[in-house]
Amino acid sequence: MAPRPKLAVWKFASCDGCQLTLLDCEDELLAIADALDIAQFLEATKVATDGPYDVSLVEGSITTAHDAQRIRDIRAQTKTLITIGACATAGGTQSLRNFADVDAYTSMVYAHPDYISTLATSTPISDHVKVDFELRGCPVSKHQLLELISATLAGRKPHVPLTSQCTECKQHGTTCVTVAHGIPCLGPVTQAGCGNLCPSVGRGCYGCFGPKETPNAAALSAQMAGLGLPPRALRDLYRSFNAAAPEFQAESKRHD
Amino acid sequence: MTQYPVSAIMLRDPSLLVGALIAEGWRVIGPKLDQNAIVYDQLINGDDLPRGLTDEQEAGHYRMVPGRDGRWFDYVVGPQSWKKWLFPARQKLWSATRRDDGFDIEAQATDWPKTAFIGVRACEIAAMAVQDRVFDNGSFADSAYAVRRRDTLIVAVQCARSGATCFCASMETGPRASAGFDIALTELDDGLFADSGSDRGAAILARLNAHPAQPRQRQEAQEVSARAAAMQVRRMPANAPEVLRAQPDHPQWDEVANRCLSCGNCTLACPTCFCTDVEDVTDLSGNHAERWRSWDSCFSVDFTYVHGGSVRRSVKSRYRQWMTHKLSSWVDQFGTSGCVGCGRCITWCPVGIDITKEVAAIAASGSEG
Repeated sequence: MAPRPKLAVWKFASCDGCQLTLLDCEDELLAIADALDIAQFLEATKVATDGPYDVSLVEGSITTAHDAQRIRDIRAQTKTLITIGACATAGGTQSLRNFADVDAYTSMVYAHPDYISTLATSTPISDHVKVDFELRGCPVSKHQLLELISATLAGRKPHVPLTSQCTECKQHGTTCVTVAHGIPCLGPVTQAGCGNLCPSVGRGCYGCFGPKETPNAAALSAQMAGLGLPPRALRDLYRSFNAAAPEFQAESKRHD
Repeated sequence: MTQYPVSAIMLRDPSLLVGALIAEGWRVIGPKLDQNAIVYDQLINGDDLPRGLTDEQEAGHYRMVPGRDGRWFDYVVGPQSWKKWLFPARQKLWSATRRDDGFDIEAQATDWPKTAFIGVRACEIAAMAVQDRVFDNGSFADSAYAVRRRDTLIVAVQCARSGATCFCASMETGPRASAGFDIALTELDDGLFADSGSDRGAAILARLNAHPAQPRQRQEAQEVSARAAAMQVRRMPANAPEVLRAQPDHPQWDEVANRCLSCGNCTLACPTCFCTDVEDVTDLSGNHAERWRSWDSCFSVDFTYVHGGSVRRSVKSRYRQWMTHKLSSWVDQFGTSGCVGCGRCITWCPVGIDITKEVAAIAASGSEG
């Protein structure tokens, strides 16, 4: 039997939800373990093998100088580096610090702020090292994660559409919550892939998968303002899991 | 062949027809109230049909509101079209399994029990005819589509009113269907005037044992449609194909691109848009592969991906492609317009872009280009 590709799973500033999505692949977990040599995955096993690695899945954003160095070390030992989730691909919800004064916050939150060593920003992995593929989502979708792993093993391009969440609504037969119910929704500017979670239960899209290709957030904001959404609510809508994604960041600043 | 022995009947309640069809072994798909909208789903019995409801439609706006008491079909077309059933959003084409000496391909069978669509509007019958020219046109046939079309009974409903985004009259596709159905219902004050459009439709009506319709009722049914046509406030300029062909550089394309979200809603809600993406998937073992076809849209960047990149990168070029194909080059390609005037692209555009207004704006200042 040919040696199995070595897989490493890494965590940076994050909630572990994307790693949990991998553990959630219960029915497929044995097949994954058959196809890949899981060399590093601390959330699942204490057993850790040294690099180099064929594939690294990276969760989380860079928020400390230590982590900025650690990701460079991982990159140096990895053939194919894939980032998983909004933290790793856009800085995550912790990127709200990018809009605030971190020193002022730490002095209010911690009894001894001098113990805290952190950067002023939360940034995506791709700001620090070359990334071979970014899988969006907060958390990532199990379906897309399996597709990505299968495609990587087969050496083919993964099928991960960059189109709007609206395409998922229409494919699922979900009635548009904005048009039919007047509910604000980020679907038209958000990348598909979550499995149509919120609109299918009558809620607007929260933008967990980040900006779609060629998003026109200004035109969507104008329409939502027309539906009665005040500027502050509009700003906050773009400022969540993907607050630091360039297109969402620019749009939220327009309503600051 | 087209001598339908039974003349038209009056039906007091469409659920009698639904019940009779179900009893005769048909899977009946028709309008249902779901997520506060009229969608097309399987009916378990006639009680599933919504009643006393109407819809309020405008550009980027749809609401279900109370309608005339007891009326069955006072709403017009909703968010979905029948392509959801005839041309499903995702369809497996084949699968393959690796063997020691190669691989086996397994074709995907078409599972389509004999089906009756009830509540098909004139514009939707026209849309089916448009898609027929794409999927089953003599030189090419999508076998699954052909089976679904062949084994589907069409019960039309002639619209008694028009919505504010309807413009079928100017596309000459409605509001009254004259062909393309097995049975057609027109709702009158004293019941539903039911006429047959095929031998199998006539046979079904004959088995209902209802009262024959009076000449007066046939006349009233015509008048209902004429009133619905007169209600239409939007229209497509008749010279749309020529206007669009002549104006690829009109400044209106830039103007609409500023508003367009390139979200694809118009194409996915459209009952004639037929573009697809084909994806090959493999499993973790690499021993099993499948080919799937799913709805795509000319608004996606990948839609025009060729080696080296995508051809239509700007939203302007994608919007222009959609509208000029739909209204102009479709005529060159298939001999009819790709638009049937149902108004879905207007209602279901999240920012309310109105195809009729965009054409009018280009037509009004055509020399500026």
